[in-house]
Amino acid sequence: MIPSVLSVASVASVASVARLSAFLLVALLPAIDLLLPTTWKFASLVPAIMVYAIIGLGLNLITGFTGLFNLGSAAFMAIGAYTFAILTCPIYPFQIGFFPGLLAATAMGGIAGLLLSLPVMRLRGDYVAIVTLGFGEIVQDVLKNLDAVTKGTQGLNPVAVPAMPGVSFSVGNYVPWYYLYLVLLIAVVWLCHNLRYSRLGRSWVAVREDELAARSMGLPTPWIKQIAFALGSALCATGGAMFASLAGTSIEPGFYDFQQSVIILCIVIVGGMGNITGVLLGACIMVGFNSIVLTKLTEMMSRNGWTGDNVLASPGNWKFMLYGIALILMMRLRPKGLLPAKEVPAELRYRDRDRDRDKAPAGAN
Amino acid sequence: MSTWEIILQLLITGLANGLIIALIALGYTMVYGIVELINFAHGDVMMLGCFLALTIVGLLGGEVAAPWLAIGLMLLLVPPFCAALNWMIDRHVYRPLRNAPKLTVLVSAIGVSFVCVNLGMFWGGLPMEVFGGGAQAASAKSFPDLLGYHNLLGNDAVVQLTSKEVMVAVITVPLMILLTWFVSRTRLGTAMRAVAQNPTAAQLMGIDTNRVVGLTFIIGGALAGVASVVAALYTTSISFQMGYRNGLDAFTAAVLGGIGNLPGAVLGALCIGLARAVMEGWVPNGGQWSNTVVFGVLILVLVFRPTGILGSRVREKV
Repeated sequence: MIPSVLSVASVASVASVARLSAFLLVALLPAIDLLLPTTWKFASLVPAIMVYAIIGLGLNLITGFTGLFNLGSAAFMAIGAYTFAILTCPIYPFQIGFFPGLLAATAMGGIAGLLLSLPVMRLRGDYVAIVTLGFGEIVQDVLKNLDAVTKGTQGLNPVAVPAMPGVSFSVGNYVPWYYLYLVLLIAVVWLCHNLRYSRLGRSWVAVREDELAARSMGLPTPWIKQIAFALGSALCATGGAMFASLAGTSIEPGFYDFQQSVIILCIVIVGGMGNITGVLLGACIMVGFNSIVLTKLTEMMSRNGWTGDNVLASPGNWKFMLYGIALILMMRLRPKGLLPAKEVPAELRYRDRDRDRDKAPAGAN
Repeated sequence: MSTWEIILQLLITGLANGLIIALIALGYTMVYGIVELINFAHGDVMMLGCFLALTIVGLLGGEVAAPWLAIGLMLLLVPPFCAALNWMIDRHVYRPLRNAPKLTVLVSAIGVSFVCVNLGMFWGGLPMEVFGGGAQAASAKSFPDLLGYHNLLGNDAVVQLTSKEVMVAVITVPLMILLTWFVSRTRLGTAMRAVAQNPTAAQLMGIDTNRVVGLTFIIGGALAGVASVVAALYTTSISFQMGYRNGLDAFTAAVLGGIGNLPGAVLGALCIGLARAVMEGWVPNGGQWSNTVVFGVLILVLVFRPTGILGSRVREKV
């Protein structure tokens, strides 16, 4: 018994050391970045990863915790971005500023999620995926066609940047963005962690594991699914608004397409469905690969004059091939993600340990 | 144009588009009926078929002297290619996951779809004249108009019924009749229906389920291959992103008609084709909203009648 307890303890401490060093690395990254040669600097690209981490955590509430397969998360990102843009863009009279805009975008995402959840909660697995996919297409179309409000394919700009006394948020200076978004990300992680172990979070997992059983235990499953959908969509919209502010524009409706939704889904799946650390890792891998590795590779190749007319010669063109192969291999080899969620909750594990101790022969302890 | 002429014209275009969608929808609905998988890659298999068709035309030298020869060659080569591709996807990606949760397979299907889309983009970069010399791989390619424009109702008739629409009907309708005969009358068709109804029981009766599932993918792929040739000839424009759009239309059709139901898929596809024609040809500014209408219909059908028009209700088992 003792060796196994020891190994459990050391595994736990290894995990906490890893977590602490990862946090220190992230917190000090702008300083480390100063020491890197110009061509290798990448910290300015990290705030986008934080934004996608927040969106991934939102989808994780829906798909990871509750098990509803949502293929329309980019639509909620779009709703957040456009709400934020309309409320803060100088061409409209509102101009309410960054933080009120962020709150309004979050609320709008929550309301839209609640509305979409009304039809979704009656459907089973793969039909949920199809309805959310259709919703994503409809949102794109609406944003594109209501060009009197959304400026169609041009997108709305400029949008508000955060305003804080004594700090200037400008395009060239990424450090304030970095720390503001880091604080927001930590707040969202804290929120998701507490939600997961609340009464509500436990009912989400119960619905995911066996909806019929959860229902016969007296859980109001439609209501539970709706709350998950609304909260998750709200977080996706928060992320969308943050992304718009970082980019300085609501971008354009075509940006929030099916492929965007799948990239967000990949963040949740690659990291580990239902695991918050896993989602953070997934965001680093997926977005880091796209915005850091591929960008740096393209820069390096064009510096050396390796690019040409050939479609194969540009690393960016291989993106979806690599995403696709990654998805296929993940599903085959590690369907629960790189960091799978702990399936057995803490309460059950304690009972297992007690039972083992009771069974152990006298003198072993 | 009088109202009747407009209605007749919308019927003609709508039905021609609907028949093309129907060929793709049949592949979706057969695969769903048998392994309960939304095969996301199906539309992209059809897209790759279009690229093979354009390559064949290019090898024959672009604007062909004998269009019927080119069409015959495409119909001979593209369906086997798509069938083989679809079979390979099933054999190497879906079959190892046969006992995995449904969503695992769905995610793999999205992965396959991404790979196919990327392959289509690379294919568009081939240094051939028909592909624009390979300089702009991602742009839409124009497909040579092999059939030309012949209004069969006379050159000065208001309503247009061109040789293209007749070609669509002549190729697709016999195939659908053949498929219905195959599924309802032959031994293999009976085996397919048995596996769709209950795979375990079918296996206990001595049916090789893996072979039957593989056959389903082959038939679905071949139909998508025919659809790709017909669609390329009819719309005379292909792009590596067309698979997603066509796939969504076809899937919506399959759901609308009742997924797993062959006549339902055709009926649903005709409805979608007509709805799009009405939106594009009648409603002012309707073209830009036609996607919204199609997916709105999809959501409403799923919510209020998840079994579709012709589907029968299946109770979820405990």
